[in-house]
Amino acid sequence: MRSEASWGLKAAALGGLLFLHLPILLIFLYAFTTEERSYAFPPPGYTTQWFGVAWNRADIWPPLWLSLKVAAIATVMAMILGTLAAAGMARAKFFGRDQISLLILLPIALPGVITGMSLRSAFGIMDIPFSTWTIVLGHATFCIVIVYNNAIARMRRLSGGIMEASADLGANAFQTFRYVLLPNLGSALLAGGMLAFALSFDEVIVTTFTAGQQSTLPIWMLNELVRPRQRPVTNVVAIVVFAATFVPILIAYYLTRGGSETAGMGK
Amino acid sequence: MTIAVEFANVSRHFGTVRAVDGVDLTIAEGSFFAMLGPSGSGKTTCLRLISGFEKPTGGQIRIFGEDVSETPPHLRNVNTVFQDYALFPHLNVRDNVAYGLMVKGMGRAARYRKAEEMLALVKLDGYGDRKPAQLSGGQRQRVALARALVNEPRVLLLDEPLGALDLKLREAMQDELKALQHKLGLTFVFVTHDQHEALSMADSLAVFNEGRIAQIGTPQDIYDRPATRFVADFVGSSNVLPPDLTRALGGPAEWASLRPEATRLAPTGPVSGTVIALRYLGSGTRVVIDAGGTEVAALVPAGQPVPAEGATTAIAFEPSALHLMGTT
Repeated sequence: MRSEASWGLKAAALGGLLFLHLPILLIFLYAFTTEERSYAFPPPGYTTQWFGVAWNRADIWPPLWLSLKVAAIATVMAMILGTLAAAGMARAKFFGRDQISLLILLPIALPGVITGMSLRSAFGIMDIPFSTWTIVLGHATFCIVIVYNNAIARMRRLSGGIMEASADLGANAFQTFRYVLLPNLGSALLAGGMLAFALSFDEVIVTTFTAGQQSTLPIWMLNELVRPRQRPVTNVVAIVVFAATFVPILIAYYLTRGGSETAGMGK
Repeated sequence: MTIAVEFANVSRHFGTVRAVDGVDLTIAEGSFFAMLGPSGSGKTTCLRLISGFEKPTGGQIRIFGEDVSETPPHLRNVNTVFQDYALFPHLNVRDNVAYGLMVKGMGRAARYRKAEEMLALVKLDGYGDRKPAQLSGGQRQRVALARALVNEPRVLLLDEPLGALDLKLREAMQDELKALQHKLGLTFVFVTHDQHEALSMADSLAVFNEGRIAQIGTPQDIYDRPATRFVADFVGSSNVLPPDLTRALGGPAEWASLRPEATRLAPTGPVSGTVIALRYLGSGTRVVIDAGGTEVAALVPAGQPVPAEGATTAIAFEPSALHLMGTT
């Protein structure tokens, strides 16, 4: 049964949505403004020249590559470690399992400042110089959690019966993994990987503590906003960041949506 | 008679829990054998001991004479229809049915042909391209059946396969399963907690209680001559009469069972009391009277007068209807 909401509630919902999303539209809008020093509204004129300017700015490319590299490595690490952790936690029952599960989840609950500080001091104590790898490690802490969460949710929802059914029908352990477990886990892993990639790509806080002198793309943007010069270039980059993170998240959403039908089954 | 499945003093203990405790059992080839019992009575564990998902902690299990106590599930020539069907959600119906043949290395054309034959057998021709999620409960059940049967198992195990279906469908499937079993001449081992299902479908059945077999026999044996109070109570809706009441009725001082349908109401009779409950069953009315502290039920066929609640009446029956079950 569907009941009609009052117009007041509708207006409030609309207001909330606008409050959340109008600023994003403004970011896009200001990528096309002719005014480069301030964000005057309405923009005095419109141009696409900033896309060309951004393309030719040599200082954009290193941060972009660094961000992509870090996100890719952190995602691969997270997919391997997160899946293994999930497999272990989903199958085994052992003393302290809940506590370990909490420890695995903790990095995403901890404020990034805490994670960043602790990693920075740990790197300091161990005399590890800041590099791409220290950023990767920082990102991997929360990327693992994303993959782990996706994988374990799917494993729990898979009726344990289908593994037994596979064995019952004559499949050995490898065949069961290949033909039953992997196909059912695949989309959850892919979704976890995409979310992890998106999260790593625009991460600022932990990165600030672990990057040393290097700049990832979000940090480059932060620095750029402080200087009132070719401001719309930052907006152009913001659109790139938006695309690089929004598209994977959207795909991840579609991959895990309706999971109850595809994976839950049963009754 | 060839013995399909044999349990020799089989136990399965989980720590201190004796899920199955010293069970002896033989299941004849080609029979429809039911394992009946309340939840936790060990019947499902027995089924899993046959399929290989549980290993006995004691005793020996033989399938067609071969000791399989150490054989893993995928090497046993038995297949299971699981309680929740456990269909592979990512595969369509045809690939679900063909799965067992695929993992054994049969070519695509051959296994699809056999899968289609099986789907026809369970009246699901034309459903091969659907995903399990697009099927109704009854259809999923048929797919699970086809998926097991396509492997030509020597024993088919069914774990409460009808439990998730509604009443009408369940009755239809009972008839169909029975017909299928006759047609294929296969050994079916069927686990259920539904006594009507067990009695109506099985050639012989074992009643489980607390990890042991309380009674084994034909449905009629078990219904008419329950061996213990538990069986009398669990199978059907028999009255269980305590020794002193049995003696008051002219029998020895033993526990006895008395089926409500073997009784009739009478103005006077050996058992009398006030009517404390009436339950209309369609084909009759179940009248429960309080006979000096023991509840005794009688079945009044439809069309005959039913006393009002609170009225005093008596229950009469032929002495032969009283089935004695010993003193314990």
